Amino acid sequence: MKFDTVIIGGGLAGLTCGIRLQNRGFKCAIVSAGQSALHFSSGSFDLLNELPDRTPVTNPEEAVGALSKEHPYTKLGTQFSFYAQEAKRLLTDSGIQVEGNSKCNTYRITPMGTTIPTWLTLADFATLKKNDEVIGKKILLANVAGFLDFNTKFVADAFEQKGAECKIISVSLPEFKRLRQSPTEMRSANIARVMENEGTLNSLLSILTDNAKGFDAIALPAVFGLSSDEPVKFIKEKSGIPVYLIPTMPPSVPGIRTQQRLRRTFELAGGFFMLGDNVEKADIGDGVVYNIYTTNHGDIALQADNFILASGSFFSNGLHACMDGVSEPVFGADVDFDANRNTWYNTFVFESQKYRTFGVATDEQFRIKINGKTQKNVYAIGSILSGFDALQEGCGAGVSLLTALYVADNLKK
Amino acid sequence: MNMQQYNISDNNFEQCIKCTVCTVYCPVVPVNPNYPGPKQAGPDGERLRLKRGEFFDEALKYCLNCKRCEVACPSNVRIGDIIQLARIRYSKSKPSLRDMMLANTDIVGSISSTFAPVVNTAVALKPVKSVMDGILKIDKHRTFPKYASQTFESWFKKSAQPQQDSFKNHVSFFHGCYINYNYPQLGKDLVKVMNAIGYGVHLLENEKCCGVALISNGLIKQAKKQAKINVAAIRKSVKEENRPVIAASSTCTFTMRDEYPHLLEIENDDIRDSIELATRFIYRLIESGKVKIKYRDAAKTRIAYHTPCHMEKLGWGFYSIDMLRNIPHVDLVVLDSQCCGISGTYGFKKENYKTSQGIGSSLFKQIENSAADFIATDCETCKWQIEMSTPYKVKHPISILAESIDFEATRDLNK
Repeated sequence: MKFDTVIIGGGLAGLTCGIRLQNRGFKCAIVSAGQSALHFSSGSFDLLNELPDRTPVTNPEEAVGALSKEHPYTKLGTQFSFYAQEAKRLLTDSGIQVEGNSKCNTYRITPMGTTIPTWLTLADFATLKKNDEVIGKKILLANVAGFLDFNTKFVADAFEQKGAECKIISVSLPEFKRLRQSPTEMRSANIARVMENEGTLNSLLSILTDNAKGFDAIALPAVFGLSSDEPVKFIKEKSGIPVYLIPTMPPSVPGIRTQQRLRRTFELAGGFFMLGDNVEKADIGDGVVYNIYTTNHGDIALQADNFILASGSFFSNGLHACMDGVSEPVFGADVDFDANRNTWYNTFVFESQKYRTFGVATDEQFRIKINGKTQKNVYAIGSILSGFDALQEGCGAGVSLLTALYVADNLKK
Repeated sequence: MNMQQYNISDNNFEQCIKCTVCTVYCPVVPVNPNYPGPKQAGPDGERLRLKRGEFFDEALKYCLNCKRCEVACPSNVRIGDIIQLARIRYSKSKPSLRDMMLANTDIVGSISSTFAPVVNTAVALKPVKSVMDGILKIDKHRTFPKYASQTFESWFKKSAQPQQDSFKNHVSFFHGCYINYNYPQLGKDLVKVMNAIGYGVHLLENEKCCGVALISNGLIKQAKKQAKINVAAIRKSVKEENRPVIAASSTCTFTMRDEYPHLLEIENDDIRDSIELATRFIYRLIESGKVKIKYRDAAKTRIAYHTPCHMEKLGWGFYSIDMLRNIPHVDLVVLDSQCCGISGTYGFKKENYKTSQGIGSSLFKQIENSAADFIATDCETCKWQIEMSTPYKVKHPISILAESIDFEATRDLNK
């Protein structure tokens, strides 16, 4: 099989890169070992919330200059803000409505009801200007009876600490009786499927309006809009008072919708998405990769001018850690890590963890190295890269989106 | 005492990170609340079953074995295999007469073909359908696939076999029950296409039903017996006669390649790579420049391709899609890959009818919005389900290719 570019990894970075390349006229395939981490997405995309020394960031565009030369953002040089805007545009063009900008972080609400900074937030959720802002003075907090992945009490406590008054109600609808027969399946995605029915939405709406007299906001778990955002719009438009969705524990309904939208956009642009397949080996020459071979396609090689490694970090098996080191399983690419294992962890779990900064070593164009030799046609993007702690700095989605676009724009036919 | 041997399972459920992605993509969960879902039925339940087999839940029978959980799993857990193996090991329910009839596709097929006109008329009659519904619990809404009065094999032996040795290259063809008893035309199309590109087609020395329906209906002993016969015949073809084996059905192909070693413990390592779909076999020839195809001029046709579940698991939809896209007059749309709900014999059972149609409903909607002239797919039971549930005709990519080829010019190109 001959492609212009083969991308390994079908998550946020791989799909963004694939869409951009297809739009530039490159013929792409994405090989994805199962579904991606977007299924656990918060519903927001972070760009830069904190510097490595824990200094809070309000304006990512200004703060980015303070990052070390190893940080992926530093390699983007002056184009950081251009690509931040392009990323927002790509999401919007793919039918994913987001709010926020790269000059001023906003705040998002967590599943615990607390607020933390972010860059772009899906239109499903509230975007707050300030950390101590709350969605209303008198908030009706409604959950679907039996849904355990949304803790109303935590959320109410967090809202009340900021001076709001909350009332919690539990909504029981006959449509959920069937679902409740199987407690393991009373999950966000399955509830969202029931919520695609207009009749169910109308019944829910009438219960909410009956209870919402005297309230100025309604908060609901994000169990709306799995295959389209219609249910979200419906409930927001018809309720009469502002409705805000609060993220749930995984799986993330808006995250799944985002993944599916991006995949569909990539496919409609002519890309081929190979789900459930793994790269097993590669034909590597003198500083170039010629072909890769996958489990499903066996002896039929995937040949391409360029390869892009977007296979994620430890969680997605893009990186493997063992007792004496960290490796990259697809190409055996060189990995930046500390040989002294004692330095990998900080015993205080909420502090920055050094192992999270480990990743594939790249040159200034994000090209990987194998045994010290730069590979002319293999690039790495997203969370597999080294030089940043996505969790502590709050920059995971930003690194994925921006490096994907940067690499896509700099590929030559 | 070696405790390790009790501690490690053959399955790879230890890789499960409990992310729940599998349950999001299970087609059964949204429509049948009695099914515990792939995570619970698979890796979670397996921990308990390893401790005590009585933790087995008969509700695992609602699993379609579509393997979409495995395709979605980011950790490569063979969830579908874990569930099917648990059914094989622990289920106490015995297959009913109905299950045996549905599962024995080749025995029932050979009887029905002999009496095809009678059987076809009878199973379409309302009173017969009611009796089948009431006594056998085969749902009355189902349209039975028609049986052909001449099987593919008897046609082949009479009309095609004599010419096959005259070709330079050769393949064996695993036709499967559907082509043999219900739709010999697809087999004839395949022979015609292969001959045109310079390949002689041969039957295997001995062919039995691949056994997929036997596995899903719990008739494991018989499935193993048939699998052994097939593997021996394929081995002879590949090793002694130097003829790779091609098939047209994505499910037969998947079963022989992967279910034989994973579920029936029948080793096929040495021949697995020589069993493939005809669409992939032809792709390889065209890509390497060994074969050229000349197409006929024809009016623009809009086709919507449906990826069957086992095709999705094989990852080979690419080859059929590519084959169709290369036909100059074809305007191809690829439908979002979703289960059609029939899953072989599953949808024929009265107790599964509603679930089956519920699963397929969003695919049917996609098809109705596709503005296609007809639908293409590589699976025979998907074809039945789509033809019964939508107004659309369904064709196999090989048949579409056969209709589009300029046979004379193609033969000359590949001499």
